Amino acid sequence: MTLQDNHAAGAVVAARVERKWAMVSVAVIVLLAGMAAFAGIHQATMPQARVETADPTTLHIAGEFVESNLGSALEPDGSVTVRAVAQQYSFTPQCLLVPAETPITFRASSADVVHGFLIQGTNINTMLVPGYVSAIPIRFDKPGDHLMPCHEFCGIGHEGMWANVKVIDKAAFLAMTSAHRRLTCVE
Amino acid sequence: MLSSKRLVLAHFWLAFTVFGLALLLGAWQMLVRSPLLAWISNPEWYYRSVTAHGTVMGYVFPTLIAMGFGYAISELALERPLIGQRWAWTGFGLVVVGAVMAMVPVSMGLASVLYTFYPPLIGSPFYYLGIVLVVVGSWIWVALMSLNLYVWKRDNPGKPVPLAMFANVAGSLLWGWTAVGAALELLLQILPVALGFRTTIDAGLARVFFSWTLHAIVYFWLMPAYIAYYTIIPRAIGGKLYSDSMARISFILFLVVAMPIGIHHLFTDPQVGAGFKFMHSALTALVALPTLLTVFTICASAEIAGRLRGGKGPFGWVAALPWRNPMMLAVTFSFVMLGFGGAGGLINMSFQLDASIHNTQWVTGHFHLIFGGAIVIMYFAIAYDLWPHLTGRALTSLGLMRAQLWLWFVGMIVTTFPWHYVGILGMPRRMAFYDFTNTALAPEALPVTISVFGGFLLVISGALFFVVLIKGQLAPKAEAGVYRFSIAIHPPTSVPVALNGYSLWLVLMIGLTVVNYGFPIAQLLALKNTSVPAVYVGAQP
Ligand code: HEM
Ligand SMILES: [Cu+2]
Ligand SMILES: [Cu+2]
Repeated sequence: MTLQDNHAAGAVVAARVERKWAMVSVAVIVLLAGMAAFAGIHQATMPQARVETADPTTLHIAGEFVESNLGSALEPDGSVTVRAVAQQYSFTPQCLLVPAETPITFRASSADVVHGFLIQGTNINTMLVPGYVSAIPIRFDKPGDHLMPCHEFCGIGHEGMWANVKVIDKAAFLAMTSAHRRLTCVE
Repeated sequence: MLSSKRLVLAHFWLAFTVFGLALLLGAWQMLVRSPLLAWISNPEWYYRSVTAHGTVMGYVFPTLIAMGFGYAISELALERPLIGQRWAWTGFGLVVVGAVMAMVPVSMGLASVLYTFYPPLIGSPFYYLGIVLVVVGSWIWVALMSLNLYVWKRDNPGKPVPLAMFANVAGSLLWGWTAVGAALELLLQILPVALGFRTTIDAGLARVFFSWTLHAIVYFWLMPAYIAYYTIIPRAIGGKLYSDSMARISFILFLVVAMPIGIHHLFTDPQVGAGFKFMHSALTALVALPTLLTVFTICASAEIAGRLRGGKGPFGWVAALPWRNPMMLAVTFSFVMLGFGGAGGLINMSFQLDASIHNTQWVTGHFHLIFGGAIVIMYFAIAYDLWPHLTGRALTSLGLMRAQLWLWFVGMIVTTFPWHYVGILGMPRRMAFYDFTNTALAPEALPVTISVFGGFLLVISGALFFVVLIKGQLAPKAEAGVYRFSIAIHPPTSVPVALNGYSLWLVLMIGLTVVNYGFPIAQLLALKNTSVPAVYVGAQP
């Protein structure tokens, strides 16, 4: 073989190895995207489907986020809806009370700037953008206490914006609902 | 031969100077929010500092590196003086004026909004105007890169565009287009409010515009590092580039798929529906492809170097690599950090996994590892490689260079691994203070403290970097010889038109952006009553 042939043969081998690697790379990516799609559809862990709006300037005087409606509400179907509002630099209510082993939906919005909503030790993690409503479904397996920090910079008091979530036994929670329409840790 | 040495040096010196200052701010932030120091009593200082650190490290520093390196590549790869030197200096001047204009209000505490702006928080208009000037200055560079390539192509019909220039122009075009998102946000939404013409703003829409910039800007930061992987490293370690066309394909893929995926930053935002989030998530997976191709090509190029140096057997070539060569160390450390960071990126990219770490300290740990680690270590390598050609003096302190790179690598690992870990524990980001006496936060105290020491290592490494460069400037004159980029083992004699130009890819880039962003933006524009009152930061009306 001449040097020229050698070179050409080398180029062919190089191109083949390269193609194989490209194919492996594509396969890895398709697999990952497939897994994400499967988990999303099969386990219904998809982002919030609908875009809902709420006027931050009237949040406290009209609509579902008026102060008397905040906290945990038992729905006719046995699930619980928890409503909360974030503002510089606190959440209302400052301590959320929820039952274990119950389907729960958090609905929250912001009265001023962008805030974050994260419950430590869970997968609850969302942004609160003024003008829009965030809704997240969850189910707590067992009673316990969680911290709930704001995780987006919202002004110079950001580092002080921590709330609490208290998960209690389902029966105890249901017993309390007979006396109060909306529950927080204070009741 | 470089004829614009002063231009390139001006960009590099300014870039590294602001980098050094911001590095000190970063280390200070790390320290004051750790359990090692008592509460600083005024959280505003912390956010001032984070705004300055983020703005410099995210906008000013990488932009200046890309510009300076781009001018050098244009001259070295096309082998002719830069066309439009006056304009290039004008661009540089705009970046300087913009950076100063932005930093003055930040240091006065009038614009502590952090580098992501997130309205309805609104700071001093000079902060935003300054950033606009920085971007406009960089757009001059974008135009000059295309102009120089155009003239070269006209004079060399049918010749393959040198790989370094091909990649450089791809990076500049990507930046030119991706900066449009933030520019629209600044010009149409934020500045009218900051200047007092309007008092309300759609915060959700602003976040969508910003996400248009936020993802691909990452690839703009990364471009110089990737250009160095392909066109400097194989030559510097005594090997050859494995494949010229694979390199071109990687850069084209970045151009096309890095753009229309930014909504993955908004996975948990209420103003974008599930459909587009899914679409951006799936396309995000694609952007891993050029990186996987790059890892293969560069490892294969290193193997060539090892075998040329007499390495035998399946692994013998690794031992035969020039491990005492700083460039070899830099690329190895960069790849290790890219590997860990990339694995973290796969987690961020999936909606389900992202929910456990979104906006926690995991995210800051992640981008410090990739950007501050894998990418910035290549910026150092680029400076080391070009310095003798820019100054006409040799860099001889190889031992210092090795120590600097080792310290940067170890420092980054020690800083960012615990940083990721506390993120998994749910530690929120961007806070001036954490109450580690709270039993729920107590487990975060030790890892946060370890991070602080990693930060100190980084500061020492940064100082060594300056020592090397300054010693270089003071060394006796020494002719650096002709500058060469890597040569491919099978150098291209002709390249398919599609791999020698950008028209098709630009159409795809813009088309995909219009599809993937046009619809969500139109939807938000059509939604009524989503503008909210601005909240001013600092002593403002
Ligand atoms: C070397 C290149 C570096 C780059 C490119 C870089 C980039 C950035 C950026 C863009 C931000 C803004 C993040 C945000 O607003 O959430 C940031 C924040 C920060 N950086 Fe760096 N950084 C670098 C080095 C460092 C170093 C060496 C340290 C520590 C020694 C450090 C410590 C920090 C801290 C503590 C924050 C604030 C994080 C928070 O409050 O959540 N950075 N960095
Ligand atoms: Cu906050
Ligand atoms: Cu991104």
